[in-house]
Amino acid sequence: MKLLSRLYIALIILFLYAPVAVMIVFSFNSSSSVWVMGGFSTRWYEGLVKNTVMLSALEHTLIIALLSAIISTVLGTAAAVGITAIRNRIAKKAVMSVTQIPMMNADIVTGISLMLLFIFFGKLIGLDESLGFATVLIAHITFNLPYVILSVIPRLRQTDAHLSEAAMDLGCTPVKAFFKVILPSISTGIVTGFIMAFTLSLDDFVISYFTCGHYQTLPIVIYNMTKKSVTPDTYALSTLIFITVFVLLILYNILQTKSEKKRTEIRRV
Amino acid sequence: MNKKAFGNKLVASPYIVWSAIFIVVPLIIMVYFSLTDQNGAFTLANISDIGKYKKAFGISILYAAVATLITLVLAYPMAYFMTKLNISSQRMLFMIVMIPMWMNFLIRTYSWITILANTGLINTFLSKLGLGPLRLINTPGAVILGMVYDFIPYMILPLYSVMSKLDKSLLEAAEDLGSDAFTKFRRVLFPLSKPGMISGITMVFVPSVSTFYISQKLGGNKTMLIGDTIEYFFNLGPTYYNIASAISLVLMVMILVCLFIMNRCGGNDEDGGVLM
Repeated sequence: MKLLSRLYIALIILFLYAPVAVMIVFSFNSSSSVWVMGGFSTRWYEGLVKNTVMLSALEHTLIIALLSAIISTVLGTAAAVGITAIRNRIAKKAVMSVTQIPMMNADIVTGISLMLLFIFFGKLIGLDESLGFATVLIAHITFNLPYVILSVIPRLRQTDAHLSEAAMDLGCTPVKAFFKVILPSISTGIVTGFIMAFTLSLDDFVISYFTCGHYQTLPIVIYNMTKKSVTPDTYALSTLIFITVFVLLILYNILQTKSEKKRTEIRRV
Repeated sequence: MNKKAFGNKLVASPYIVWSAIFIVVPLIIMVYFSLTDQNGAFTLANISDIGKYKKAFGISILYAAVATLITLVLAYPMAYFMTKLNISSQRMLFMIVMIPMWMNFLIRTYSWITILANTGLINTFLSKLGLGPLRLINTPGAVILGMVYDFIPYMILPLYSVMSKLDKSLLEAAEDLGSDAFTKFRRVLFPLSKPGMISGITMVFVPSVSTFYISQKLGGNKTMLIGDTIEYFFNLGPTYYNIASAISLVLMVMILVCLFIMNRCGGNDEDGGVLM
């Protein structure tokens, strides 16, 4: 049974990584085919460095991901604090239901509805081209917000409200009590929310596709590349993305294990 | 919970304004576009035209349902076996499952062309054995495979998080009371893992039923899913935005109805299920 379960896990991992392996192997192909291996070459990687369209798209993607993650984290954390303070059950339920809409809705519906909004208001104020940097940013903040809010709210629930009361009794202003007492205890939720927002934004294709206009992000450029003939340069780019994600995740994991060790040590003391 | 919450509800107001403008208003505008023609005059033509796309709706639901079922069947044992490992292997596997999720899904889908194409890896291998070539790419099977592949992490991870938090003594108790493996599964594991299944099914079904990239790349031009139909009209330009919104609106209502029924059947969870 044990052997069988190991075998099963191995097969699923094989399934998950077979296309990734194929992609890495063919990114080093010396010929421009993605079916027949010609020989080993790094020319597709060299080509990427000179590909200005791709580089500017990468820059756009990073700017959007970082800005949208920061803004949605700040706005979302404030929202989570405010929502937990709402007493009226119906009002609370209404806000939470609206919050879940972007998570429940298909990306294509969110994308189309936001695009219509931008075009509608663009026309009202007389813009010819209403889609661009601002609209992608707004779209990304909008779909990131629920993930931030839903990762902060559980932390807030676990936080003892008496702590902030105690802080205020000891002379803190409510704002100071928030930053000194509440914020540290919900920080893991905020960090998780930020990371989720950042990665969701980095990876988003569908919503950006409908809202970006000429401000192309990396997934859009990849989409346009895969529409034309198939060459290994797309594979080279994804290999680089894969390695970056892989290294970041391993680093994150190491840091997490370390901080956990520290925490258990502190507890022991 | 009678704990006094900290903070003032006013700090939520920027978000409430934001969500009103960018979540609620866009949906209202979508309804407006669905019920008007390109000149802004009221019409029901878009809605009545939906009937023309019955086939696309049907195929989308069918493919997505099959893909979701396959994903569930594949992911369930995976998640269960993961919980049987020691903690550090569990954490490592969790990451291994998650990494592909953080890669661009366009490319992950695209790589399957290399594997499945008529001159691709599988057919090259088969021809060396004197077999084949099999028609793999541009088939419904390839589209469903793409859906399963792209979204299976979204099924494994919630199932795993529910199962890893499950009280092991319940399974032991069932064993002590004489349950065989199947009864243990049916009476204990299955009902307790339901919240994970519901979020997994949601997170696989919704993107599958609305996809347009997977069907374009792996299904050729023959399979027109509902996502493809929306994208097609979107690309035709502003004249077709009305019909595109009407189809999107119907898709949205359909998904919400599906989710509602599923949540009702699965017993509503107060916290809204498991996120991850």
